[in-house]
Amino acid sequence: MHEHDVIVGGGGGAGMRAAIAAHEEGADTAIVSKLHPVRSHTGAAEGGINAALRDGDSWEDHAYDTMKGSDYLGDAPAVETLCQDSPEETIQLEHWGMAFSRDEDGRVSQRPFGGLSFPRTTYAGAETGHHLLHTMYEQVVKRGIRVYDEHYVTRLAVTDHENPEDRRCYGVVGYDIKTGRINGFVANKGVVVATGGPGQMYDHTTNAVANTGDGAAMAYRAGVPLQDMEFVQFHPTTLPSTGVLISEGVRGEGGILYNSEGERFMFERGYANNVGELASRDVVARAEQTEANEGRGFEDDSVMLDMRHLGEERIIDRLENILHLAEDFEGVDALEEPMPVKPGQHYEMGGIETDENGATCIEGLYAAGECACVSVHGANRLGGNALPELIVFGARAGRHAATRQPETAQIRTGPSAKTEDGSVESPVALGEVEAGSDDVAADGGALLDATPDAVVSRAVEREGARVERLMERDGVNHAEIRADLQKAMTRNVNVFRNEAGLKQALRDIRRARERYVDVAVSDPSRTFNTDLIHTIETRNLIDLAEALTLGALAREEFRGAHWREEFQFRDDEKWLKHTQVAWNDGRPELYYTPVILEGEDGKYEPKERSY
Amino acid sequence: MSTQITETETESETETEEQPAGDAPAVQQRRRMEAKRARAEEEEAERTAEESALDGETYTLKVFRYDPEVAGKERPRFDEFVVPYRKGMTVLDALIYARDHYDSSLTFRHSCRQAICGSDAMFVNGRQRLCCKTQLSDLSNPVRVEPLPHQEVVKDLVVDMQHFYDQMDAVEPFFQTNDLPSGLEEQHQTRENREKIKMSTRCIWCGACQSSCNIAAGDNQYLGPAAINKAYRFTMDEREGEDVKQHRLAVVEQEHGVWRCQTQFSCTEVCPKDIPLTKHIQELKREAVKNNLKFW
Ligand SMILES: Cc1cc2nc3c(=O)[nH]c(=O)nc-3n(C[C@H](O)[C@H](O)[C@H](O)COP(=O)(O)OP(=O)(O)OC[C@H]3O[C@@H](n4cnc5c(N)ncnc54)[C@H](O)[C@@H]3O)c2cc1C
Ligand code: SF4
Ligand code: FES
Repeated sequence: MHEHDVIVGGGGGAGMRAAIAAHEEGADTAIVSKLHPVRSHTGAAEGGINAALRDGDSWEDHAYDTMKGSDYLGDAPAVETLCQDSPEETIQLEHWGMAFSRDEDGRVSQRPFGGLSFPRTTYAGAETGHHLLHTMYEQVVKRGIRVYDEHYVTRLAVTDHENPEDRRCYGVVGYDIKTGRINGFVANKGVVVATGGPGQMYDHTTNAVANTGDGAAMAYRAGVPLQDMEFVQFHPTTLPSTGVLISEGVRGEGGILYNSEGERFMFERGYANNVGELASRDVVARAEQTEANEGRGFEDDSVMLDMRHLGEERIIDRLENILHLAEDFEGVDALEEPMPVKPGQHYEMGGIETDENGATCIEGLYAAGECACVSVHGANRLGGNALPELIVFGARAGRHAATRQPETAQIRTGPSAKTEDGSVESPVALGEVEAGSDDVAADGGALLDATPDAVVSRAVEREGARVERLMERDGVNHAEIRADLQKAMTRNVNVFRNEAGLKQALRDIRRARERYVDVAVSDPSRTFNTDLIHTIETRNLIDLAEALTLGALAREEFRGAHWREEFQFRDDEKWLKHTQVAWNDGRPELYYTPVILEGEDGKYEPKERSY
Repeated sequence: MSTQITETETESETETEEQPAGDAPAVQQRRRMEAKRARAEEEEAERTAEESALDGETYTLKVFRYDPEVAGKERPRFDEFVVPYRKGMTVLDALIYARDHYDSSLTFRHSCRQAICGSDAMFVNGRQRLCCKTQLSDLSNPVRVEPLPHQEVVKDLVVDMQHFYDQMDAVEPFFQTNDLPSGLEEQHQTRENREKIKMSTRCIWCGACQSSCNIAAGDNQYLGPAAINKAYRFTMDEREGEDVKQHRLAVVEQEHGVWRCQTQFSCTEVCPKDIPLTKHIQELKREAVKNNLKFW
């Protein structure tokens, strides 16, 4: 059993920022991460970090753009916190030595990005995330923060009080991938979940193979609602063969999209008459998909992205990484020819419901980063707003976990924030497959008021039993189930959605769940058993896919990234509210909480979003 | 189309390094693409010739296997997997295919599949490469996949990276500066200076260089190319003060530091991020010499 004040699950940008903040509060802090921190997917981020740093810009403008971009599903207190804290956090990175691109005068450079009214995207070439991740890890090393790398968090140690809001998190269970040992990690002060996005739900994604939504699924089963999961961002420019991302920076710098008829369709077909390629991601992704669907695409349903006219010098200076990506993964020399691109799953706007301090409804459990939903992105995330989210809310979550500041949050979380029950007709049963199975209980130990040690030990025991069962029986290989799930999501829960498709997806997810009852690990080894890890991950993907699809079926409107064939309008009257899906006694329960449009000075009035 | 860095290209890379900066990257890019095209055509021709004999639709992987824990697998061996080929398939795709379709115990690290996480460096057809960045079509068939040499094998293709991480830690891999501006003020850095350190900041900790280095293989304490490159990244950053620089030079100048490098270029050749490692090591040697002269 390991014991620390604060345990951070996940060593990406959010996790490391949380750990550094907790450490600065004097807490004995450890990171438990399935990948070594420098291998985290934050490293793949290309475009940049939005921060109002310059004269002529202000956090208020950034907040306004973000609220608009979110299609008014962001919570104003969260959005304003993001925009107020981002300059300081960004400069903090600069003070830690991050190799930002520089202006002539030696200050950090900023560039335009989609949906922004000011060029406020701070960047380091087209590899901002790589620099951010490594800079952050350098600070972790500098501070001597303990890192348990290649330790997979499989379960949260949470008491099983009837009401989720009475539950407490005392730590986590970590599986040491190298040795196969299952260890308890007791957190005297708090646990921060920062395990990243769930892109592996889809088969065409910009996300890493390790992005399987583990933390969100664990928090969900432990009793924290998942919020706004139906809002999935599809990035308009991914390479068709692999899903590798071509940064929005290309369009920010002036890259042009055209179809097989040679039309600059964003303008010529009226998708965004004012800003064209620089419209919000959802707008561009739909435009491309429409072009492809209507037969004006290139093979593989793609369109072309051209940056040749920007000139070599500018490309090499600001987008060199793009040259390498296009070359290595698509065989295209982007200095000489346009690149084929198509929409791909990119970012999950929803996630573990938290308040603006990173706190969840379970005491001692915090979340930050892409796995969390503090509600800064609402229905659509602006490019360059995720990295500031990592550093702003990572820091806040770490600080709060370390100090348990009783600071009251403006955003309420958990079942008591519920204002309305949801209703939706599912074609199949949802949730647990076998009554009385382990799946029904919260993820943690079945102990009400025991000591932290006892709760964590109990969780370790149960995890041991689960692993034992998976290893001993014979059955289905997880890879088959995962592939079917990915196909189902790509087919029916993609850029375009309709009722029949979403219902079919629920059926397919159900089938995956039923087959998962017989899943088995065939590698008998305790050493680096990736078969086991992937099997556990697959279960997490199933739970998240179900919550997502349920929310999507219920939301009968068109908002942000959520497009519904039958409902081609945004319905503020009925749908200006957050979707919550909670795992209740083994079944997903759907309910809603209000969106907070009230900001520091005034209210954000929903307006039509036009670009 | 071919994507891996070929021997000839690596040479041309080394040449261009000696050229002045300016438009060099664009020229390099062109040259790389040209070489690639030529090579792809060449290989395509070769393959078509071979195809009558071989099954054109498949690649055969010969994969190193070892598991210390499972009876029958504790003796290293090679397993063969025949993988159906589709255009654009990388070595990583092929490994994933083999694992998901034939043997779920086949073990290797991978995550980003876009050459940024640094976890899938392996020894492929006798050379350190990132599997996700290596097109099967660039390799002769069968394809031999082994773990990185000179590192302890944990299982199958997974090696223990601890030593690599320890060497990285040894150079104090974090920014140190004496005069940090306050509040929202930035530490200005010239474009030239950023340009100077740019390549060194690209390292993804894949370990390919360390594994390819003869000196590192023979001297366990040698800091190795990646760690020295990390030291370079900070030593050359104008934002760190002069005394920090002295301290950094002392670190790389120690017994198992820069002077061990015998300029064999193997690290530079294998680095998937095209970092001119040998050149960086040489520059640090020069700095160290200059530095010593000061005290004479
Ligand atoms: C290709 C790409 C480009 C992007 N570009 C931009 C951009 O330009 N600007 C921007 O603002 N945003 C961008 N984004 C979005 C942004 O990069 C991500 O949302 C963000 O980096 C996620 O960070 P994170 O810390 O939450 O997760 P990650 O960086 O994914 O880290 C997750 C961590 O959790 C660990 N982990 C996962 N599961 C477990 C488990 N069960 N147990 C233990 N550890 C676990 C992993 O090992 C990893 O260390 C981009 C995203 C992608 C995919
Ligand atoms: S210097 Fe190059 S080869 Fe060495 S670890 Fe870094 S990226 Fe890999
Ligand atoms: S999988 Fe990340 S570098 Fe190859």
